[in-house]
Amino acid sequence: MAKRIDIGGLNAYYGSHKAIEDISMTVEPRSVTAFIGPSGCGKSTFLRTLNRMHEVTPGGRVEGKVLLDDEDLYGPGVDPVTVRRTVGMVFQRPNPFPTMSIFDNVAAGLRLNGSYRKNELSDIVEKSLKGANLWNEVKDRLNKPGSGLSGGQQQRLCIARAIAVEPDVLLMDEPCSALDPISTLAIEDLIGELKERFTIVIVTHNMQQAARVSDRTAFFNLSAVGKPGRLIEIDDTERIFSNPSVQATEDYISGRFG
Amino acid sequence: MTHATTTDIQDDRPRIAPEPAKGGLSSRTLPRWSPIGFAVVAIALGVGISLAAGWHSRIQWGLISALLFLAVSYVVTTVVENQRQAKDRLATSIVWVCFLIAVVPLASLLWTTIVRGSERLDGYFLTHSMAGVLGPEHSGGVYHALIGTLEQVGIATVIAAPLGLLTAVYLVEYGKGSLAKAVTFFVDVMTGIPSIVAGLFILSIMLMAGIEPSGLMGALALTILMLPVVVRSTEEMLKLVPNELREASLALGIPKWRTILKVVLPTAIGGITTGVMLAIARIAGETAPIMLLVFGSQLINSNPFEGAQSSLPFYIYEQYKVGEVASYDRAWAAALVLIAFVMILNLVARGIARWKAPKTGR
Repeated sequence: MAKRIDIGGLNAYYGSHKAIEDISMTVEPRSVTAFIGPSGCGKSTFLRTLNRMHEVTPGGRVEGKVLLDDEDLYGPGVDPVTVRRTVGMVFQRPNPFPTMSIFDNVAAGLRLNGSYRKNELSDIVEKSLKGANLWNEVKDRLNKPGSGLSGGQQQRLCIARAIAVEPDVLLMDEPCSALDPISTLAIEDLIGELKERFTIVIVTHNMQQAARVSDRTAFFNLSAVGKPGRLIEIDDTERIFSNPSVQATEDYISGRFG
Repeated sequence: MTHATTTDIQDDRPRIAPEPAKGGLSSRTLPRWSPIGFAVVAIALGVGISLAAGWHSRIQWGLISALLFLAVSYVVTTVVENQRQAKDRLATSIVWVCFLIAVVPLASLLWTTIVRGSERLDGYFLTHSMAGVLGPEHSGGVYHALIGTLEQVGIATVIAAPLGLLTAVYLVEYGKGSLAKAVTFFVDVMTGIPSIVAGLFILSIMLMAGIEPSGLMGALALTILMLPVVVRSTEEMLKLVPNELREASLALGIPKWRTILKVVLPTAIGGITTGVMLAIARIAGETAPIMLLVFGSQLINSNPFEGAQSSLPFYIYEQYKVGEVASYDRAWAAALVLIAFVMILNLVARGIARWKAPKTGR
């Protein structure tokens, strides 16, 4: 069940350093929203505020509102653990658990949450691996370690692990930056399929990728090094790449800076 | 392109003259076995010089040979190859000589212990105590000391390993601010506590509370010595676990404590086990606290909570002090038992580390 995210006046800090400033936007359900912008502009930090992973970093704190279908993620009494079960995340570098087999990796979220029935587990693992387009490649070696897979397969394993817990939103932090073009294509196809079921937010440095996979694109920038990052504009992807309303966006997209 | 290839083929024909052209990429090189040759020449020269001078010390012979080895390899390489290669070879040779100098005492120690220890080491020695055995008699055994060591080290491990593990988990996963700094500082200080001071600390408690010496008291002193080693090594191992794994687990909505229990600790378990085993090996050889707190005994006492016990290092000291041929033999045999105990622990630790290490197979 995909959910809509409304962000209002969001600031995020690392200790006393303000990393992003006053971000407000809406992320539509069952769509792919891409974040683009130069390095250090706070895209990843912003992404991590959407499932409260930002506060895992020492000194990380957040001001503002993130509403997930009208429920504030930062409201009093909200448990970050529950938030993260609802908003899943895929990281830049594939990070399967090295001590676990392929099966255990996918089952990890359910098992360690304690929220599963034993006879369902193998069905869920199969469904998740199929959902991540990995089932055919690994069905004969489910009990082999996950770290033995190739980089692209590992990343799809991590996606399978993330969707196995049935989140409402899936955050992806440059999921293809460590992968070759063929694996990238596999993951982009997968994103296209997953958006039927999830709300997807993807950070990418690859503007062609943003243009290919996303429905809406947000451009972030920072005024100077050391200054907090800001949202410059968010619009339909087609408009951003053909006729953006801000000059800085056009400069960035056409390669004049950044 | 075609033309260049044919030229290359022509150039690849075996050359008659071994002297390479000036400015070429290849140059004269010494054969691969030359270091062995240098060593043979240096040792022959060293022995010759020492014999001629009438020196008797074998250490002197060895040191002269080592110096000659360095000189010969440097000079020959300078002449045949060049200055840079000679420096390279000199550095390599120094590393090798230092390695040998470090290994010789170790090998000699092991060899002496094995040769002298195996004279008395047999089934009888391992299964009998010193009850009623007088110093000069060629009987008696190490059973009571072995029991003592196993029990005292076992109790110390049961206390120190979980405590140290939890402290390390606190320091790496939760600790920030002044409390964590204080804990780190005191762990560092504890690492430097001499074993006799740990023994005196427990002794003062015993005197205040009126407790009699027992294996447990010795184990408590060993715990103090073991704790900082376990904390330090576990801490380092936990720091090696990539943060990405913690984040991956947390992002799945797994609570922090389960992340630590099911992801972080299993990833580091091999290294943690090795650290605990090394800490056990360190305390197994402690004598001073045992003398103060366990008191030593010639009799079998398998109850660590009451009455005096013995232990292997204490037994060695005791037998050596008797000063008879038979007791010297017993001391060496006990030393061999102690070394074997530590060695077996290390092998077990390596086995566990290899078994539990994150798997990379396809």
